[in-house]
Amino acid sequence: MGRVLAVIIWIITILSVALFLNRKWWFPEGISEHTPAYDRQFLITILVVGISFVAAQVALGWAIWKFRDTGKPGDRAVYSHGSNRLEVLWTVITAVIFIGLAVMGQSVWASLRLHDAPPGSYTVEVVAQQFQWNFHYAGADNKFGRTDPSLIDDGALNFVGLDPEDPASSDDAVTAALAIPVNRPVELRLRSKDVIHNFWVPQLRFKQDLVPGMEIKVNFQANRVGKYELACAELCGQLHFKMKSYMLVLPEEELRALQVLSQEQFQARVAELLNQYQLPAN
Amino acid sequence: MSESHEGVHRHPAPTSFIRKYIFSVDHKVIGIQYIMLALAAVVVGMVMSLLMRLNLSWPGTSWPILETLFPTGAPGGIMTPEFYLSLVTMHGTIMVFFVLTTAPQGGFGNYFLPIQIGAEDMAFPVLNMLSFWVTLVGFIVILLAIVVEGNQSIGAWFAGLGPSFAGGSGTVGPIGGWTGYAPLSALGKIAGPGQGAGMNLWVISIAIFCVGSLLGALNFITTLLNMRTKGMSLMRMPLTCWAWFTTAVLALLSFPVLLGGGILLLLDRTAGTSFFIPGGLYVSGLLSGSHPNFPLHTGGSPILWQHLFWFFGHPEVYIAILPGMGATSHILSTFARKPVFGYRAMVFAIFAIGLLGFFVWGHHMFISGMSPYSSIAFSILTLSIGVPSAVKTFNWLGTLWGSRIRFTTAMLFALGFVSLFVSGGITGLVLGQSSLDLAMHDSYFVTAHFHLVMGVASIFGMFAATYFWFPKMFGRFMSERIGRIHFWLTFIGVYAIFVPFHTMGIRGMPRRFSSFAEYEFLRNVDPLVLLVSIAAIITIAAQLLFYYNVFLSMFKGEKAGDNPWEATTLEWNTSSPPPHDNFAGVLPTVYHGPYEFAVPGAPKDYVMQTDIEAEVPDGNGHNGHKH
Amino acid sequence: MATMVTSTRPPAIKKDAGAGPGFPGPNGNGSKRGGSFRDPESHANRYRIGMWVALASVTMMFTSLSSAYIVRANSANDWVSLPMPRVLIISTILILASSVTLELARRKLRRSLTSAYTQWVVITVMLGVAFLATQLFAWRQLKAWGLYMSSNPHSSFFYLLTGAHAVHLAGGLIGLSFLWLRSRSVTSESAVLTKQASADAVTIYWHFMDALWIYLFLLLFLWR
Repeated sequence: MGRVLAVIIWIITILSVALFLNRKWWFPEGISEHTPAYDRQFLITILVVGISFVAAQVALGWAIWKFRDTGKPGDRAVYSHGSNRLEVLWTVITAVIFIGLAVMGQSVWASLRLHDAPPGSYTVEVVAQQFQWNFHYAGADNKFGRTDPSLIDDGALNFVGLDPEDPASSDDAVTAALAIPVNRPVELRLRSKDVIHNFWVPQLRFKQDLVPGMEIKVNFQANRVGKYELACAELCGQLHFKMKSYMLVLPEEELRALQVLSQEQFQARVAELLNQYQLPAN
Repeated sequence: MSESHEGVHRHPAPTSFIRKYIFSVDHKVIGIQYIMLALAAVVVGMVMSLLMRLNLSWPGTSWPILETLFPTGAPGGIMTPEFYLSLVTMHGTIMVFFVLTTAPQGGFGNYFLPIQIGAEDMAFPVLNMLSFWVTLVGFIVILLAIVVEGNQSIGAWFAGLGPSFAGGSGTVGPIGGWTGYAPLSALGKIAGPGQGAGMNLWVISIAIFCVGSLLGALNFITTLLNMRTKGMSLMRMPLTCWAWFTTAVLALLSFPVLLGGGILLLLDRTAGTSFFIPGGLYVSGLLSGSHPNFPLHTGGSPILWQHLFWFFGHPEVYIAILPGMGATSHILSTFARKPVFGYRAMVFAIFAIGLLGFFVWGHHMFISGMSPYSSIAFSILTLSIGVPSAVKTFNWLGTLWGSRIRFTTAMLFALGFVSLFVSGGITGLVLGQSSLDLAMHDSYFVTAHFHLVMGVASIFGMFAATYFWFPKMFGRFMSERIGRIHFWLTFIGVYAIFVPFHTMGIRGMPRRFSSFAEYEFLRNVDPLVLLVSIAAIITIAAQLLFYYNVFLSMFKGEKAGDNPWEATTLEWNTSSPPPHDNFAGVLPTVYHGPYEFAVPGAPKDYVMQTDIEAEVPDGNGHNGHKH
Repeated sequence: MATMVTSTRPPAIKKDAGAGPGFPGPNGNGSKRGGSFRDPESHANRYRIGMWVALASVTMMFTSLSSAYIVRANSANDWVSLPMPRVLIISTILILASSVTLELARRKLRRSLTSAYTQWVVITVMLGVAFLATQLFAWRQLKAWGLYMSSNPHSSFFYLLTGAHAVHLAGGLIGLSFLWLRSRSVTSESAVLTKQASADAVTIYWHFMDALWIYLFLLLFLWR
């Protein structure tokens, strides 16, 4: 019984590790500037996790194997209530490793979250709703037209409440897909019309909630051109699973050409680009 | 609750069926009632998870029974997205509250805490009875949510109570996840199906549950502080008692916060307040304040709900696991025939987990929009809480080292607990780092982590406790043969279900998706999804063995004596089952610590706590003496 | 069962039942006291312990509502400070007086002056009921000013906090009624201790309700 249990625990351990090592079910290839740092921290952590996991399961199996009661009369366990020295030793080692990992990880967090977008960033206003994404572009004048919730009219396709009276909104465009330049810092100003949503492109390696009543800013930089799927990652209602869109990372000239287009032309051009670019293979 | 004229707590044993088994103030009966409640609730929860797996692996399939019972939520027998999400919500709520927060504490704790400390009953027996009945009412209310949402005519009746009460969406309950984030949960019907009456009943059920839980916590703490028998010092208590005590303190301090939050949510839903609902919303084509279906709201904070919920929610998960840890320490020691390694360290670890548990709630909210600086603090605190958990694991391994293991079914499940707790807990190292959580938030990696610790390890703790204490509770053994089969199928099954969840999460599968067909990057997870579903079906089916074993053995099991496992603690001093006042009028006196196994020179390989003659080195169970 | 000790080191064996820290308990609570195995006084103590434990949870609930109050005040610009209904000053005086009267009652019981005890308990109940009446009056006053639960965040919290307090106070009134009823039954020697403990417990609760009222009053009308 003991030996069987030990073997089963070890087999489970081996199979689990094998599943992780199989790169088929791993992150999609990252395209953001912070991806290498993220992936490195993840790898280090998962290594610590993996080693601890294997060590503990092997030790458990070994103890189960070795110390099973063989039924010999008079054969008793070792009488020990513990060892203070060992307690201190393993507490300190564990604390150092765990807290060390935590502190290491903060630099990745800080690089993404504690810095404002640098001047010259490409800014897009993102307005999420049940169940679609709305991306508001400032147009050639680089000024966002005034928006107001009282002006929102989904039926009239004014999803973000753009004020037609404001001169700055004449060159603005609003589409369902996100188009950003490659190799340039991007700032997203995230808002929501109704409930909490979450902006997520797997290749960017970050998620961010969009909270109604708040404007939350994130900034990042994508360094590979292409088309990427965009999903909502916070339960927002029954069609949460279908709240899908795309992020287009475009060469600078392509994006500049896009910026000067009017609303209809903008949407048409984005549709063309969505057909033109393919999703990544991995 | 009567008092004898001699002063202490003697009331005559009840004689009528109702006073013996229904409205009983005997902590033993109440403990069994809680366990029965959990056994019923877990069936509901498992059926729901089975349906979830069926939907994910075989989407678009028509299930005839669904068409009969829920024609609107599953038209033609095919689950709608809202039906799936209602399953997710109710599965989580029922499992976390009515299974994991009842059986370990209210069930086994109620039964065995008084006995293990040498008392005749809990400090407040009537309050104890009340705590069970209040909890049961909470369960009935949440079942009502299923009916109100699932049944058109009943749902229509509820709609008469007010705008936020419209039900009958055809689903099995509200749709908000067990976490019920605002404003989705606060807006009412305009936010979609499953946001009406079912949600109101969900909040009310949880509020009622909070009250029941608080009454129980009050009893546990007072009993432990006031009613230990002669010689039962705090450091001679079994670790199960330490675990129940700390769990009760956690419950005492965290459930009121949930109650507060729940009241605010209910007011937002029914009284037009704006605690969690900000201004300027545009929902389902309506602007806030522009229509009677959507009254004016201003200024509320959705993140406030998250803070209140998770301030409760994090201690709650420790409430779910600590009793299992206590039981595991206890059972490992008993069947390893060896004292617990590092008893004192184990007590400190339980404290540390309990205390730190109050300071880490923000790790559920790293990407919520709260201050990134507080995320740093929460992240570091969260990884610190891994330290006492690791210490406990080392001590369990230390207990096994140099032992003589007897592989009873209870021991198998206790060993399984150690294995599963390591597997589940260790991924906390990933999720606790704010930087890594950036991508892992709301993915199946999170689901893997909490299912392994709560949904599996904690349940294994309960299984171990059942097989261990069944002979004491019912005077009969459970079948070891069936128990072993149950163990193997479940142990292998749960690993097969939940390990793949990790890689599915790394690949990017989000939580609470009723279908993954929309996304190209998720195409390759189908084989994993299928593997999980098959494993789930087998594992759920295997639990039938457990039910069969429990109910058959109650009546037909092999008879058990007072101390069939040759254990040391006070419950094994009395008959199986114990008499009404636990010790037949003579309270025991304690001379030793709880885990005196393999004492050198002792005639048997165990020394009971009450053994006045035995000579134990260093006397008095002052544990932690150096080697 | 005597046994031969075979180890070479003479074991340090202590045969007594050991000592336990903490509150004395009816079953010994780990104490060494032989003979006082069934200790009625420690047993009655459970009411006091239980009450402090219960108050910890009540504190947590009002703490969570207070933090919601503060967060909500700072989360938006729609806070409109409520004018204070003057009747609340009378509320405060009434509840303070009721604490005094109940404390008096409790001390009378300690000195076995049972009828005086009963009288003061009844007076406390009346003061408590009067307090609730003034609360109702305050709510009426607010309604007359057109301020309802949903009018603005401050009014929402006013109704909520005073309502929650009133509910808990009503629970205290039930406790007081229970004390009053029991004070009329004949008391045996040992039951006296239980009576005192119950009276202590209800008094602790009542004083807490008083302090809670003062706190809420200050939070609602002095903060900000």
